[in-house]
Amino acid sequence: MGGVVGATLEDRAVPLLEARGLTKTFGTLTACDHIDLKIGRGEIHALLGENGAGKSTLVKMLFGALEPEEGDILWQGKPVAITSPREARRIGIGMVFQHFSLFDALTAAENIMLSLDDPAPAGAVTARARELSKAYGLPVDPDAHVGDLSVGERQRIEIIRCLLQNPDLIILDEPTSVLTPQEADKLFETLEKLKSEGRSILYISHRLEEVKRICDCATVLRQGRVVAECDPRKETASSLARMMVGDEVQPVVRDKPAAQREALLEIRNLHRKAGHPFATPLSGISLSVHGGEVLGIAGVAGNGQGEFFEAVSGEALQDQADVVRIRGKDAGRLDISGRRLMGAAFVPEERLGHAAAPAMTLSQNLLLSRYRTDARAFLSRLGIIRSALVAKAAKRVSDVMDVRKSGEDPEASALSGGNLQKFVIGRELDRQPLVMVVNQPTWGVDAGAAARIRQGLIDLAKSGSAVLVISQDLDELFEICDAIAVMHGGRLSAPIPIGKATYEKIGLLMGGAEPGQSAIPVAEAV
Amino acid sequence: MRIELVKRPQHSALFSALSPFIALALTLAAGAIMFLFLGKNPVEALYYFFIDPLREVWSLHELAVKAAPLILIAVGLSICYLSNNWNIGAEGQFILGAIAGSILPVMYPDFQSWIVLPLMLLMGIVGGAAYAAIPAFLKVRFNTNEILTSLMLVYVAQLFLDWIVRGPWRNPAGFNFPETQTFHSFAILPEIWPASGRAHWGFVFAIVAALVLWFVLSRTLKGFEVKVIGQSPRAGRFAGFSRNRMVIFAFLVSGALAGLAGISEVSGAIGQLRTTISPGYGFTAIIVAFLGRLNPLGIVAAGLVLALTYLGGEAAQISIGVTDKVARSFQGMLLFFVLACDMLIHYRIRIARPVRTAKAEGTAEEPAHA
Repeated sequence: MGGVVGATLEDRAVPLLEARGLTKTFGTLTACDHIDLKIGRGEIHALLGENGAGKSTLVKMLFGALEPEEGDILWQGKPVAITSPREARRIGIGMVFQHFSLFDALTAAENIMLSLDDPAPAGAVTARARELSKAYGLPVDPDAHVGDLSVGERQRIEIIRCLLQNPDLIILDEPTSVLTPQEADKLFETLEKLKSEGRSILYISHRLEEVKRICDCATVLRQGRVVAECDPRKETASSLARMMVGDEVQPVVRDKPAAQREALLEIRNLHRKAGHPFATPLSGISLSVHGGEVLGIAGVAGNGQGEFFEAVSGEALQDQADVVRIRGKDAGRLDISGRRLMGAAFVPEERLGHAAAPAMTLSQNLLLSRYRTDARAFLSRLGIIRSALVAKAAKRVSDVMDVRKSGEDPEASALSGGNLQKFVIGRELDRQPLVMVVNQPTWGVDAGAAARIRQGLIDLAKSGSAVLVISQDLDELFEICDAIAVMHGGRLSAPIPIGKATYEKIGLLMGGAEPGQSAIPVAEAV
Repeated sequence: MRIELVKRPQHSALFSALSPFIALALTLAAGAIMFLFLGKNPVEALYYFFIDPLREVWSLHELAVKAAPLILIAVGLSICYLSNNWNIGAEGQFILGAIAGSILPVMYPDFQSWIVLPLMLLMGIVGGAAYAAIPAFLKVRFNTNEILTSLMLVYVAQLFLDWIVRGPWRNPAGFNFPETQTFHSFAILPEIWPASGRAHWGFVFAIVAALVLWFVLSRTLKGFEVKVIGQSPRAGRFAGFSRNRMVIFAFLVSGALAGLAGISEVSGAIGQLRTTISPGYGFTAIIVAFLGRLNPLGIVAAGLVLALTYLGGEAAQISIGVTDKVARSFQGMLLFFVLACDMLIHYRIRIARPVRTAKAEGTAEEPAHA
């Protein structure tokens, strides 16, 4: 490899990487159907597509994790067989995954050493890592334990780890999905630097504004095929979205905030100790959500959102009953079933394994969260399940939410992420709960499904329910919320009414700037 | 050539049904090879092992006698295993059930009434359940590993039985043999059809238990709870099910059924307590549970198959002169093949063409998550 900087003009004529007719099928599904892709030298190339469009499969083939069934990969004009990630790294392809593979209990330098194909002395690795982190504006302390680092810092370790191999092509999978706007800006500076050295970047994202901002070229995938190649700077966000989705995405309709009604969900001074060494303790969280209101909680992943959700849902109980109040009654000592019976509904972040049991059918998964609240309908005496009625309700939810599935009542794991998410949200909406708490409602969900889910949440609020949305997606929060609070380090800022909220303000709070404590008392916030 | 396992998108219904039969066929094939190495004619040996015991009515009764405890214990274990509680100590719960149930006929032989037998069965159930409650409590309270605690309690139970039969409960009129006195007639579990053979009501209990638990598992909320907690503990908590209550429930049910099996065995098949009352029923039942796919109806069939290996072992010992340990090897092979074949339910086998470098494993980020 090497020779990155010495890229001459004639090299530019030959693309750095070219894929011709790459095809991969899984069973009956053609994940990638004769995909052509050209990445030039010194280019930031966007790969756009909805979930399930084939982006991951394509990238895995380029990185040697999957073997293409048909088609060729040309590296600097010559055909290559990339049979393993190690081989990919050897010829000069590096990848930064969306989900990091770092050990919390080890230091940054130790994590970097673990990933090297050829062992090197610790001192040299640390020195080189320090050098790289300086050169590319990726500040990380090599001796810090990963468990103590922020998500942005962890991503930097992954990038440094990748750069140590001196790659010509760096693949980044949804790199900004876990970053604050300010952290993302820093990342973009690093990318520009890499680009100026003649390295190429394959940038996978669904955030259209970002792609427009930094990418030179975009390849759009839909249902396993290349549907467009374009210069994203010449497109608008909505024209890009149209290419991805195929038809116009329904814009979410939101009326003016409803008139103030009574507080349906109140949390007063919630504290929770960390359950394990890398959990975030919660301290002094207070909020109230009123009927007709959507309150958003923004924050970078890992700042206590999961712990907070468990405390609110009743998966973790509080010591005092009045810490959590639902519809004016104490609920802190009630478990999740008890809170559901009071009219609350919950949708956790993880679809498979938390919101739904993977190997169970959709109708069984409907029963999972509703056997208590709908006991009269779904259970006869002696706890015998009325399967026909449960199946009917599951079908109703699937129809309302437009859940696309392979069979009448498939197992949850057989559904795509977006469709399962529509189902687990629809399962709760079907009950018309008075209080709805959702963690990451549209994480990794395609644009069409996301719009449907958001509309469902807004409609629920319109009908008089209180909706609490925890999300890392600021666009989403600005789209649907009446007020946004920010969670950082296990604390919650005062909510900022949507009229006064800006990306910058929220972004600063997400990064840990002192929340304006005195700013707005909770009650008047909305 | 390279053999790959490819995950199926959904579990295969075909292989769920087929896997026990494939396992049986493989066991027979491996058994034939074993007999060949033992210098026996494999066809003849397999005949004596698996066909001969089925030819006469009395030996079908023997089959029911052996199958009864296996089925009773295994249906209880299925609740444990489905809910992710690894109770390996059914043998001990079986023994404690037998001892607790024997208190009346051994210590109060003069108390003779029709009520004695129902009381004995009840005490057997309570004894087994109480013994199973120990590992359950330890797991809930101290988060101990129930595999170890329940297994170790088996040895405690075996030695306790040995001591009590040689010591305080030894039959004073028994010429110093390590046995209790034989149970009086009110304490004997009767035969189903006394005219044709020895099969006792324990077999009926087994069938009833299997039917009831099948209904509970497939049709009721409790069964749903068992499966959710077992498959996906976090989703179980989200559903509002309590893991701890499930640990207690599963152990109590399986302990109770093992205890019932124990007292049925001593009051039905043996008629007294001895130092050894089980040829490893509690362990063999683990195989039965898995061979029956943890489905109580499947377990009835699997229990009959495993009972046959006991009878076949005895028959083969007599007719072709092989050691009775052969029966144990059959049971072991069966479990081995059952577990291996279960993989076919979630994976399919694909034979891939040769690839240049197959050394891809060992790289740090073999990305399962790109």
